[in-house]
Amino acid sequence: MNVLAPRRLGLFLLLAPAVLWLALLILLPHVEVGLLSFRERVGPGEFAPSLKQYLTFFDEPLYWHTFVRTALMSLVVTVLALLLAFPVAWSIAKVARGRVRALMMAAILLPFWASELVRMLGWLILLRGSGVVPQLLFQLGLTAEPVELLYHDATILVGLIYSSLLFMLVPLINALETLDDSLIEAAYDLGGNRLDILRRIVVPHAAPGIAAGCIMVFMLTLGNYLTPVILGGKNSMWFTEQIYTQFITRFNWEQGSAFAFLLLGLSSLLVWLGLKLTGQRFADSMRRT
Amino acid sequence: MIPSLPDNRWLLRGRALYITVFFLFLLLPLSVVAVFAFNDSLFPTPPWKGFTLDWFVANSGGRTGLLFDGELLTSIWHSCKVALWVSLLSVGLGTSNAFLLERAEFRGKGLFTTLMLVPLVIPGVILGISILAFASNIANFLYDHWEIELEWLRPGLPLVVLGQVSYIITIATLTIAARLKRFDTTLEEAALNLGASRWQILRTITLPYLKPAIIGSGAVAFLLSFENFNTTLMLVGSDSPLTILMYGRMREGASPVLNAVSLGLMLVSALAVVLLYLRKPKQPA
Repeated sequence: MNVLAPRRLGLFLLLAPAVLWLALLILLPHVEVGLLSFRERVGPGEFAPSLKQYLTFFDEPLYWHTFVRTALMSLVVTVLALLLAFPVAWSIAKVARGRVRALMMAAILLPFWASELVRMLGWLILLRGSGVVPQLLFQLGLTAEPVELLYHDATILVGLIYSSLLFMLVPLINALETLDDSLIEAAYDLGGNRLDILRRIVVPHAAPGIAAGCIMVFMLTLGNYLTPVILGGKNSMWFTEQIYTQFITRFNWEQGSAFAFLLLGLSSLLVWLGLKLTGQRFADSMRRT
Repeated sequence: MIPSLPDNRWLLRGRALYITVFFLFLLLPLSVVAVFAFNDSLFPTPPWKGFTLDWFVANSGGRTGLLFDGELLTSIWHSCKVALWVSLLSVGLGTSNAFLLERAEFRGKGLFTTLMLVPLVIPGVILGISILAFASNIANFLYDHWEIELEWLRPGLPLVVLGQVSYIITIATLTIAARLKRFDTTLEEAALNLGASRWQILRTITLPYLKPAIIGSGAVAFLLSFENFNTTLMLVGSDSPLTILMYGRMREGASPVLNAVSLGLMLVSALAVVLLYLRKPKQPA
């Protein structure tokens, strides 16, 4: 132990802001949402404990359909992002060197730091009926008239994958970088083919990075609001949109809280499952990203 | 697979092609945003009608450029104020948390370490509404019992700061703690042997060592705050930060002035990428 460990007063001064932060901005607000979700308005300003909010969720097909749809689409996004990102991460970690590599990293980071709003504006300009892609297809004679490419599920998927690539690429690159090339060379010398090497050396080594990337992407996609709303319009059917509607538009905080809790539950469950499956600890995985 | 191994020529070409297409896909949306910031038309759509700087500097003829769009400039100012508070608070708490993690021993440290990471796995929308609900509850309680009205607990910029800070602190903490972990404590011991007080050691040795991480995480916190949308959307009042204003205008049908402002954001982010990632420190820290 070091000689300069904080003494009693110092420890208190360090702990106080940390405790205030976690208690006032994280723990108590979520307790509040939990309490809200388990009550029901019985009269003006009067509330009683009840399960009504959760029952409504199961009774109303729109709500649980949206929930399941959001979960499934997030899963599809996660898998596709992993498949699309892996070869790129490999090239950056193992093949590209020097300036090319720096440029590739910059190209990955730039869209992320340029804000989700900017990315969505770009997709709007590209895909809407009067936008670049429909006009191009029309002028090339591929379509009889400019087609509206917004408001389709496929468009939402493309937008969500685009937004999540960075969070998949960075952990993958970090994981692949630490893989010693000589292991791959040895496997090759011993007669292993491409698939063997991938399956028995690369993937096991990169597993923590794959897990971290998948968890991050799944969680961010599940909680995304802007991409589905902008690219999907009224038909986006995204669960965060339901939460927003209940809270801000309808002012039904009890219902909105129940939805928030359900989403939080699903998100936590999948993070936990992802860590369990790959045998990792939460803290290690988060530090890696 | 790797350069040191022989590989099929077609596979290599296929990979090169894929990588090229991938990066085109990555940069395409940003490129069209940039290009249409200069289109001489009322809408950011094809056809190309010629080059103009109107969307930056015009203030007549039905066109309001970025520099004269009062609403837009005000929202940028709001975003800057919020981001400044967020980065100050995040860096302050991030530094003190880093000392807690790396130096202090206390009961419940394991719990603290885990709890500290939780904000990263809570969706931003939920962080926003939970803080909204909690703050409103306190505000209503104070008003009902003592008729105290605390304006900053109602939706508005102070609440936006609190919402954003709730998870950005974690990011700042991780960055600063990572650097503190690599610190050679014998330097502090030497200073102590030479008669320095704890405060002198902190001020002249430890904090200067942490400075790159503190500045870096301050910049990251500023950018994350500036670009935050999910949490902000739930907590915003009548004063809109930039992202909220852009969202509103995008839903009404974007005008090229949004492209102009986006180009500005892209340039700032390009600068951030260069400074934060590509300029590697000379000596291994």
